Amino acid sequence: MAGMLDLTIADARDAMRKGDLAPTEFVGAYIKAVETARPLNAYVTETPDRAMDAAKGSEARLAKGEGGALEGIPLGIKDLFCTEGVLSTAGSHILDGFEPTYESTVSGNLLAAGAAMLGKCNMDEFAMGSANMTSYYGPVENPWRALDAPDKKLVPGGSSGGSAAAVAARAALGATGTDTGGSIRQPAAFTGLVGMKPTYGRCSRWGVIAFASSLDQAGPLTRTVRDTAIMLGAMAGHDSKDSTSVDLPVPDYEAALGGDVRNLKIGVPKEYRLDGMPAEIETLWQLGIAWLKDAGAQIVDISLPHTKYALPAYYIVAPAEASSNLARYDGVRFGLRVDGDTLQEMYENTRAEGFGDEVKRRVLIGTYVLSAGYYDAYYLQAQKVRTRIADDFRKAWEKVDAVLTPTAPSAAFAQGEKMDDPIAMYLNDIFTVPASMAGLPAISVPAGLSAQGLPLGLHLIGKPFDEETVLHIANVLEQAAGFDAEPSFLAG
Amino acid sequence: MSIDKATVAKIATLARIKVPEEDREALAGELSNILGWVEQLSEVDTDNVPPMTSVVDAVAPKRKDAVTDGGYRDRVTVNAPAAAKGFFTVPKVVE
Repeated sequence: MAGMLDLTIADARDAMRKGDLAPTEFVGAYIKAVETARPLNAYVTETPDRAMDAAKGSEARLAKGEGGALEGIPLGIKDLFCTEGVLSTAGSHILDGFEPTYESTVSGNLLAAGAAMLGKCNMDEFAMGSANMTSYYGPVENPWRALDAPDKKLVPGGSSGGSAAAVAARAALGATGTDTGGSIRQPAAFTGLVGMKPTYGRCSRWGVIAFASSLDQAGPLTRTVRDTAIMLGAMAGHDSKDSTSVDLPVPDYEAALGGDVRNLKIGVPKEYRLDGMPAEIETLWQLGIAWLKDAGAQIVDISLPHTKYALPAYYIVAPAEASSNLARYDGVRFGLRVDGDTLQEMYENTRAEGFGDEVKRRVLIGTYVLSAGYYDAYYLQAQKVRTRIADDFRKAWEKVDAVLTPTAPSAAFAQGEKMDDPIAMYLNDIFTVPASMAGLPAISVPAGLSAQGLPLGLHLIGKPFDEETVLHIANVLEQAAGFDAEPSFLAG
Repeated sequence: MSIDKATVAKIATLARIKVPEEDREALAGELSNILGWVEQLSEVDTDNVPPMTSVVDAVAPKRKDAVTDGGYRDRVTVNAPAAAKGFFTVPKVVE
C-alpha cells in the first residue's frame, strides 16, 4: 500500500478492521522505518521481534472479528515506562541493564488493546530537560530543519523528545510520553504533532519511573487530534495500584470530536503575553483566537494573576519530589554500582557516576529546599503559591470552558543552545507549567510554521477531567489550521 | 539566598552524591542562580493560604490491610548488581 506510513491511527485501524491492510505488513513497514530513522537517535532500544509477534496476534484476532482499539497499531514507548523483560533506562546511566520484571499499567493497557511496541524512546535523563540533550544515550535530533540553516541539527524538545521525533519522522504511528511540566506538549509543538497531558489521575503512574509524583502524567503524542483521542482512551483508566489514579469511567474521547464550538467560551489570559516574546508567537495566538471566534466560540479576556510564579514554584516542588524519588538509586537494588570502601562511599560514588549534571543539579536543589531551616521558606511557600495558581484556574472556570495560549515561547532551537544557562532552558516550559501545577488537562495542536519553516503549537487547557471539551476544541483548531507541512527527514 | 562551597558539600553529603572539591565552586554559583530566581516567590501573599497537598479533589482510597502481592524473591533481586543467595549485598557496615 502506497503511503502506508502516512496513514493516521484512525485510517490504519479502519483499514485493518476491513481487511484492506494486514497488521504484519503494516507493522513490518514501521519496523523498517525505525531502522531508517536511526540517525535521529529516537530509540534507546528497538524491539522488532516483539512488534512482529504482536502484529501476528492482531492479525489472528481481526480475522476472527475480534480485537481491541489498537490492533496492529505500531507505537513507541518512552523509556520511562517499565516494560517487562525489555531494558528500561529513563535515559540514565544509573539504570544500566535494568530489565523490569513487570509491565507499567499504561504500556500494559496499550498492549492489551492490540498495539505493537516498536521500541523504547529516548528521553531526557529522568525526564529532566526541555531539549532531549541530557540523555545518557545521546541527544535526539528533530526531523525538522530551519530554512535558513538546513545543516544545523535542532532539538525535538523534551523530555519526551525521542517519542516526538519518532512520530514526526514516521518511525512510529504514535508514542507515549510523560509530562511533568510540559514534557509532552513542548516536544509536540517543536515537531508538529498533537500531544496531550490528561488530568492528573486520569492515567495510572504505576510502573512509570517517578520524577515528581504530584505532577507526572502519561499521555499520547500523535499526528492528529483524533489519534490522540483514540490512544488516550486506551491508556487511561482506574488502577488500584496507583492510589492517585481516579476511579472515574473513561469516556469515548473519539465521540467528543466533531461539530462546532458555538456555546463555548474560550479564555485568553493576559499574563501569557510576555515581554520579548517573538512576534510570530503572538501572531499565531491571535490567529488561533480568530479561528475559534469564526467557529462560533465566545472569546473572553481573563486574568490568571499568579502565572509568572508557576515556573519558579515548579522549580522547587519538582526537584524536591525528585530528590526523594531518586533516593532509590543507591547501587543496591538495580542498575549501576560503583564500589567504595564503605556503604556511604558506595552510594556517593554510584550516584556521582550514574547521574548526569542536570539530574545532580535538581537533586541537590531539592535536597536543599527540603533541608532543616529552609523547608518553610522554599518548599512550603512553593506549595502555597501552587494553591493560588490552582485558585486562579478555579475562578477562570466560572467564566470559561477552556483557555487558549501558545504552547512554547519559541520554535525548536539548535542542539547545544541554552546549555550553559539552566534558567534559559527552564523558560521553555513557561506556558505549560501552570496547567501541570494545577493538575489540569492540556493539549498542544500544530497550528502554523515560523518564518524559518518550523512548527509552532497552540495550547488548550481545560477543566479537571474534561478532556472531552479540550479534544473537541482542539479538533476545531486543527481543522482551521490545516497544518500539513512535513519535516525535512521522513523515514521509510 | 547564596550557596557557598561548604553548603554544596553539606547538601551533596545529604543527597549521597560525591562532588569533588574542584567542582564545588562552579556548582555553588549555578545553584545560587537558580535559588536567586525562585526567590521571587516571597512576593506572593500567602497569608492564610493552605499549602497544596493534593492536586485533584480526591479522597485517598482505603483497602484492607492484607497481603496482596509478593512471594517472588528471585524477581525482586534479579536486577541487583550484587545479589547473593536471595539477598541484596552492600559493603560491610558492622565490624
